[in-house]
Amino acid sequence: MTADTLLTQVFNGLSLFTVLALMAIGLAIVFGLMGVINMAHGELMALGAYMTYLTSVAFSRYLPQMMGAYFIVGMIAAFAVTAAAGFVLERVMIRHLYKRPLDTMLATWGLSLVLQQLYRQLFGPIDVSVPTVTWLQGAWNPTPGIAIPLSRIFIIGLTLVVALSVYLFLFRSRWGLRIRSVMQNRAMAGAAGINTERVDAVTFAVGCGLAGIAGSALTMLASTGPVTGQQYIVDTFVVVVFGGIESLVGTFLSAFTIGQMQSMFELVLSGSMAKAAILLLVITALYFRPNGLFALKVRR
Amino acid sequence: MNNTRRDFLKTAIATAAAGALPVAGLLGSRGAAAAAAEPIKVGILHSLTGTIAITEAHVVDAEKLAIDEINAAGGVLGRPLQSIVEDGASDWPTFAEKAQKLLESDKVAAVFGCYTSASRKAVLPVFERYNGLLYYPTYYEGLEMSKNIMYTGQEATQSVIPAVNWLAQNKGKKFYLIGSDYIWPRTTNRIARPTIAKAGGTVVGEDYFPLGNVEFSSVINKIKAAKPDVILSTVVGGSNVALYKQLNSVDITGKNQTILALSVTEEEAIGIGRENLVGVYSCMGYFQSVANPQNQKFVAAFKAKYGADRVVGDTLEAAYTAVYMWKLAVEKAGSLDVAKVVAASSNLAWAAPEGQVHFHVSNHHLWKHARIGTFKPDGQVQIVYESPLIEPNPFPKL
Repeated sequence: MTADTLLTQVFNGLSLFTVLALMAIGLAIVFGLMGVINMAHGELMALGAYMTYLTSVAFSRYLPQMMGAYFIVGMIAAFAVTAAAGFVLERVMIRHLYKRPLDTMLATWGLSLVLQQLYRQLFGPIDVSVPTVTWLQGAWNPTPGIAIPLSRIFIIGLTLVVALSVYLFLFRSRWGLRIRSVMQNRAMAGAAGINTERVDAVTFAVGCGLAGIAGSALTMLASTGPVTGQQYIVDTFVVVVFGGIESLVGTFLSAFTIGQMQSMFELVLSGSMAKAAILLLVITALYFRPNGLFALKVRR
Repeated sequence: MNNTRRDFLKTAIATAAAGALPVAGLLGSRGAAAAAAEPIKVGILHSLTGTIAITEAHVVDAEKLAIDEINAAGGVLGRPLQSIVEDGASDWPTFAEKAQKLLESDKVAAVFGCYTSASRKAVLPVFERYNGLLYYPTYYEGLEMSKNIMYTGQEATQSVIPAVNWLAQNKGKKFYLIGSDYIWPRTTNRIARPTIAKAGGTVVGEDYFPLGNVEFSSVINKIKAAKPDVILSTVVGGSNVALYKQLNSVDITGKNQTILALSVTEEEAIGIGRENLVGVYSCMGYFQSVANPQNQKFVAAFKAKYGADRVVGDTLEAAYTAVYMWKLAVEKAGSLDVAKVVAASSNLAWAAPEGQVHFHVSNHHLWKHARIGTFKPDGQVQIVYESPLIEPNPFPKL
């Protein structure tokens, strides 16, 4: 085990952490702040990925000289479209199910099946290829033995930006104030003049928009197809539950723990065994701390 | 008033009987005429959805093309073929369930289906229980010979063994094995190991990932540390997209590292991105670029029916061949009975798009060429090696 291998593995853990965090932050907001279990989160990520795909096709057909820029435009489009979809979803379906978490789970699970079939109808059952932009291809070689893919560095940067934005939005803006007050005491917030229904819609939309960004970023790493969402949803839920449902910081810390541990395990075990080992660890940890690793006490 | 009701009944029955005879005669003759053109039902069972769809969904198109051509030429035994398509959805229990439906309710004469060995293993007991007939068009690991299955794909002695020998001779002796976690990759590697040893090579790493897995950064790191001469990949389905994207992002490409994929055809190349596969090797029985007249005819017919930008991979050709081999066997046996069709298949020959093929005298497999080629930027394969016809041996001594 050379130093190069070890350092690359540490980086892989970091990269895995940011991928998991990016996927989980949207779900944590929706799950943690609103108590809504969104089983369609994976499909919303797939929606973001498909939006990026459509942007790439549009650029290659009408603006081929600006192909380098398509990815940023695609990511913005992914956020906008998934946020809008989330807003509509909340108004139409989720709103009626707030007091019924099991029913939300069922309804959003049904929604995920509908979305998967919709993707099959619109884009075909076969995965589509989203080309990586030239400025994110290849790797950075700090030493001849270490190759750090630029796409993963981009995702790390993106996660930092997203985390900062979420923090500023929730803790330094008027909307964040409204969201937090509704979460802590809905009745008093309503009495203080806050439109709780609009706040709910905006929170859900933001959570879905973040899922769209995650899906968009993941097109650089993996395939985009109707079942893409299903491949991510389990890991995302594990991260959120492990971190503690009502804690956003917990989500990040749990993503970090799982990311590093999985990376280390994969070095010595086979991929399937590493996944099994991680899940075993999560189950054991949850046995001792059922509310997640970093559960905070919140008055309801 | 003498029993007018009895009289009435007698007359009524007599008239009815008299009237029924000519009608029965009409119906009877029409029935006989209809039976002459009554279609033969055949089943098609593949994953149209799910993680394997990227690889399996289009196999249906090849089978339908063969069926359409056969119908245009008069059908089988004078009867047209009618296909019933079922979706296995990349889920093995669903395959078994649909197989049972095709055999028990639809009573199909034969089923053309399955891609992964897991799906075949799931339907095997169903076919044996209902005495159905499955034509399995996919390259697989061998170690099987069911009396109810005809295999038109390569087994290990026609795929991984010649591939390993060619690689050891031409590319290097250190192998890294990476595959998806189910029976075919694991058994293929189990067969590959002694073959590599006999060729004087070593295995420097072996890793498996669940189907659908998209995180390969750790194994890529291990590959860089192990510095193999050859990466032998049995990764299947959608995971291939992630694998090649991530390999390329650390500058491991077909151009600077020998990678031989045992389950990537021209079809997957489109989903993976043709630019990601340049220089990667593939070992199959058939590539679209095989040069012979019947292949040119087949590819032209396929593109005419489905679009000029469609491509044809190994499994599609094997499925097309399977339909024709079944037709020839039925016509030689003069019957749809499974045992007779299987018996008639012994040594049965046909000019397939992959070349002259014939069934083995007894083991239900085809004599096939093994071909190795490398992917070009347009997604087509340039053939660099073609073996002579290899006798199928599903139970090789390793």
